[in-house]
Amino acid sequence: MSTQTLETRTRTTGIRLMTQPSKSRLVRALARHLATILIICFLLYPVAWLVAASFRPDNQVLSTLGLFGRFTLDNYRHGLNPAPSLHFSRFFLNSAVVAMLAVIGNIFACTLTAYAFARLDFPFKRVLFAILMATILLPYHVTLVPQYILFDKLSWLNTYIPLVLPKFLGADAFFIFLNVQFIRALPRELDDSARVDGCNQWQIFRRIIVPLSLPAMGTTAMFTFIASWNDFLGPLLYLSKTQLYTVPLGLNMFIDATGRSSYGSLFAMAVLSLVPLVAFFLAAQRMLTQGITTTGIK
Amino acid sequence: MTTYEETVAGQDAPGAAPTGEKSPRRKRKWRSALTAYAFLTPWLLGLVVITLGPMLFSLYLAFTRYDLLSPPRWVGLANFRRMFGADPRFWQAVRVTLTFVLVSVPLVLIVSLLLALFLNRGIRLLGIYRTLFYVPSLIGSSVAIAILWKQVFGTFGIVNRGLEFIGLHHGSWVGNPGTALYAIIGLNLWAFGATMIIFLAGLRQVPANLYEAASVDGAHVFQRFWHITLPQLTPLIFFNVLLDTVHAFQAFTGAYVVSGGSGGPSDSLLFYTLYLYQKGFVEFQMGYAAAMAWLLLAALAVFTAIAFSTARFWVHYGDEA
Repeated sequence: MSTQTLETRTRTTGIRLMTQPSKSRLVRALARHLATILIICFLLYPVAWLVAASFRPDNQVLSTLGLFGRFTLDNYRHGLNPAPSLHFSRFFLNSAVVAMLAVIGNIFACTLTAYAFARLDFPFKRVLFAILMATILLPYHVTLVPQYILFDKLSWLNTYIPLVLPKFLGADAFFIFLNVQFIRALPRELDDSARVDGCNQWQIFRRIIVPLSLPAMGTTAMFTFIASWNDFLGPLLYLSKTQLYTVPLGLNMFIDATGRSSYGSLFAMAVLSLVPLVAFFLAAQRMLTQGITTTGIK
Repeated sequence: MTTYEETVAGQDAPGAAPTGEKSPRRKRKWRSALTAYAFLTPWLLGLVVITLGPMLFSLYLAFTRYDLLSPPRWVGLANFRRMFGADPRFWQAVRVTLTFVLVSVPLVLIVSLLLALFLNRGIRLLGIYRTLFYVPSLIGSSVAIAILWKQVFGTFGIVNRGLEFIGLHHGSWVGNPGTALYAIIGLNLWAFGATMIIFLAGLRQVPANLYEAASVDGAHVFQRFWHITLPQLTPLIFFNVLLDTVHAFQAFTGAYVVSGGSGGPSDSLLFYTLYLYQKGFVEFQMGYAAAMAWLLLAALAVFTAIAFSTARFWVHYGDEA
């Protein structure tokens, strides 16, 4: 009896939904879009203002809340070349080198480690995995002081080694975990058939796991790039020579060196510093969705 | 235990087949363990040299006085005694950081959850909206945005010009000790997109038949949220609370850039990490900085333990439903 009433009830609600006037649904959908767009505009307005202000003449940079005004490229010209001996593009090059090495290092260490945890059996596996999980939540400050002392004793201050070496040694436990989860979800039958064909563990890793886990590697690459490009504390600790500065340190130096007078060039360089982040994000996003669709088709 | 044995046996059999070698089982096990450890070498090396070794060394340093120039000198509990008894700036750093965490984390969670619920109504163009909502998370921790934020909350910033527009006048937010922290809380809230996307993904996983059953039972919107959506989301809420809290305790760049590295005005932006940085790398009191780091670790460990031990009372895992 209860099932019968249940069925009739669903039928009536179904009918009610079907006969609902589509006009009010359209209005509601439009209102929803409008609200969403308003929230996004509100959120991104400061960034739009920053971009607009960076193109205004120096004395008008902070003068208005609006986005429009006189247009000039002077801020970019001055910002890129603030002193004869110094060119801001140097910092971009440095940041790019550090970020690329960090990405390569992280992918190298994370996939190797993740493969072992996801597919191989070895003594102390559970203990080591528990340690891995615990290090995800470890605040980096606990190792900050001794790491600094270690790199100082090795005379590695003012090199990129302290910024990059930890990535090659899998210090980002979160990405190892991400790759473990991904590899665990890959069908084991592929490994087994490769093993029957005579592949050893390394060949299974190279020929099957690596190509199939490209989406996870793409995610790792993207987040490593973002973190490395935005990293401020690391370079602040380890780099003191201006020629080695990364972009965040360069920007920070700008704040210290320039007074209230040249917000224009500071803003211009701030805008430039965000361009690679957004570009990499959009490129990686397309790559990620493609990766998902291609594996989906397979 | 049995599953472990089974997987080992399952892996051994096909491995031996092509070579036709009838070596003792033990030797094969030994070889496969060796292979696994070869894959693990970079991480294990890092674990010892980059993580565990330094951790233990910093535990030792916490009980010493060390300025990098002369060797560490054992001082017992002196660092901790000074921290608790004779360092008002330490307590200020604790106060600032706790205020930030207790306001910022719940605020980000509530806003992301509300917006995720709002966007999860089969709206078109969701992909584009999601990307745009993510942009602040993408750039939020950069120095560039911290510079921008200093302006937004400055005397002539967007916030004040907006307030003027509706007839309110306010001085510089970042220049006033009473309000400077709001600017950093605002910066953190601004980057809520990443958390929201996690919630959106979670909302997609809620089985639709639960809602159907509830509407049959005559549950209205709020009841459906309280009895279905919220319990189904608790694993993600747990995950976000844990990660966001741990990250909030470690906030650094925004406070450094907005205060010019000083933690001012009047130490109102003296985040724990900023004070640790000042002690360790400006004043070169490495022992004191190490003691602070271990105290932070202990606090976070207690928090994590509480979170995990209470999880079974409020985190809902799908299967038993």
